[in-house]
Amino acid sequence: MKNIVEHPLKKYFREEINYTTCSGCGNGIISQSILRAIDQLNISFDQFAFVSGIGCSGWIPSPYFNTDILHVTHGRSVAFATGLKLAAPQLKVIICAGDGDTSAIGGNHFIHAARRNIGLTVICINNQIYGMTGGQVAPTTPYFSKTITTPYGSIERPFDLSNLAIAAGATFVARWTTYQARPLTNSIKKAIMHKGFSFVEIISQCPVQYGKVVGMSNDPVGMLMHYKECSVNIKKAKNMSEDELKGKIIVGELMEKENVPELTDEIKRLRMEAKRK
Amino acid sequence: MNANKQKEHKTDFLQGNIACAEGAIFAGCKFFAGYPITPASEISHYMSRRMFEVDGTFIQTEDEIAAIANIIGASWGGVKSMTASSGPGISLMLENIGLAVVTETPCVIVNVQRGSPSTGSPTIAFQGDMLQPKFGSHGEYQIIALAPSSPQEMFDFTIIAFNKAEKYRTPVFILADSSVGHMREKVEFPFQDEIVLEERKKLETYQGIHQKIFLDENVAPMPIFGKGLKANITGSTHKEDGSRNVSDPKIMDNAIKKLSNKILKHKDDIIIIEENYLNDAEVAIFSYGLEYRAVLETVNLARKKGLKVGCFRPVTIWPFPEEQIEALSKKVKVIMVCENNLGQIYPFVKAAAQGNAKVIFLPPQILGTLYNQEEILNKIKEVI
Repeated sequence: MKNIVEHPLKKYFREEINYTTCSGCGNGIISQSILRAIDQLNISFDQFAFVSGIGCSGWIPSPYFNTDILHVTHGRSVAFATGLKLAAPQLKVIICAGDGDTSAIGGNHFIHAARRNIGLTVICINNQIYGMTGGQVAPTTPYFSKTITTPYGSIERPFDLSNLAIAAGATFVARWTTYQARPLTNSIKKAIMHKGFSFVEIISQCPVQYGKVVGMSNDPVGMLMHYKECSVNIKKAKNMSEDELKGKIIVGELMEKENVPELTDEIKRLRMEAKRK
Repeated sequence: MNANKQKEHKTDFLQGNIACAEGAIFAGCKFFAGYPITPASEISHYMSRRMFEVDGTFIQTEDEIAAIANIIGASWGGVKSMTASSGPGISLMLENIGLAVVTETPCVIVNVQRGSPSTGSPTIAFQGDMLQPKFGSHGEYQIIALAPSSPQEMFDFTIIAFNKAEKYRTPVFILADSSVGHMREKVEFPFQDEIVLEERKKLETYQGIHQKIFLDENVAPMPIFGKGLKANITGSTHKEDGSRNVSDPKIMDNAIKKLSNKILKHKDDIIIIEENYLNDAEVAIFSYGLEYRAVLETVNLARKKGLKVGCFRPVTIWPFPEEQIEALSKKVKVIMVCENNLGQIYPFVKAAAQGNAKVIFLPPQILGTLYNQEEILNKIKEVI
């Protein structure tokens, strides 16, 4: 037992806390991607604040990450983070949210934060289901999926969260699955350094709840392999027809706009103007 | 100080809502978030200009849920923050007000009450939301709420609200109403050195994973974000160090009791009451906010007529001044409750009086209007 090597990311965790996600959950891959991104950027963890809401996604930073964390009400993490960022613009504020958090109960805060181009990073863990509460249909669940609240198959069309973010004005948008952990890490790095609102959507496996829906119960590896097969990079997808893209997950960096004024910078400008008058 | 005494206070003719905003700025508010709503909008209008002049931030949020979330987030960012709304907006904020209580976040929430329920009558003054601060959010908690009756008090009480919020790390309500918010009167501004401004007790250095940042009846220091203090903040039931525990009833018991006691143990410091003519009174009129002004005028008149009447006003509605009312009930025969609703605070007065005095409620003839003097005088004569 002499040759135990400490995990290189252990320094980012609070001690004495046991991880509680289900086995095979995508949260572990995502936690590592976030922390590797921060590690590679070589920015002090103290300069980061994490805000999360209710749902499995909220447990990525809270209480594990050993920096400032604010674990708030369901769907409102972006709104809390907005206040925090405005009051302390020097902070790098990262939100870990779920798909229900982001597009159902918190949809309004999400689109308005994108519209304002406030310098927040929203990392959305999209497992296409309500996992923590027992497998109910989400706004991201594919059409005709049988979930615990859609026993006859869901009759609503799912949101494309990345396109929603782009339409709302987000200036950096990337989507990956948990299979693409390395490019995901790179996109998180870019998102953190981006001046303005950044959104990273991660299609992530929930083998316990969503696994049931797609007949892959408790088969996280199968789900990851499925992501591998279905993923099409945006560069390739641009030359594919709608029919060819059916059932595919378009991954990559979908939007990157520089030089759009960021909200906290705009506020600094307003303060100068207000004093001149 | 002496130099100031010779100088006259600056005065202005201000609308109540503007006086409230100025009070907030005097108290050091640097962050205002709000969503347009009658009859509270003037606070936003004014703050949208003034906040930037004082190096603060104004944001018009996408809804009231975001407004309260924004001011809580800003408070953890280390600044004094406030929002203002009316009934429909406050109803939307309630879930996050519970979060502010549980995470012990100082902030100020102004409710310029209007006719209600639902959309109600936006410009009618009504005391219809008196119980909402205390019971509106789910669960067991204590809150501080003040009821101003004039633009001057909108200014003064907003400063008190910030001071109590900072001192006790808790949300504090201003329960105004449409008339108090919209009326214009002379407001006298104190000199900055005449008023002590409270600042939250802050955690200075990181004390390790079990640092005590919550659940101290004498108020734990607040770990402001971005200072390397590794604050662990959650709306879930937690221990003194912020660590979540949602399965042990003893931890929940400790959390709820400590949170409540943080306010209740300091009731003497928090509760403010105003008493007039109570030394020899046989009848005491209990009233607050705008209604108190009508009551006080009437009591002045009644005294001229030789009637032994006095009045009692809770400036702080919450925590409720139980002991003060119990003491009052031992001095007078009748306590008459006058409030601009169908008797929201009346049962609390009755309970506090414990049968020592007869407690009656005089419903206003028309909700949303002030009592007329005859109405009150006749009732006094009837019961005296």
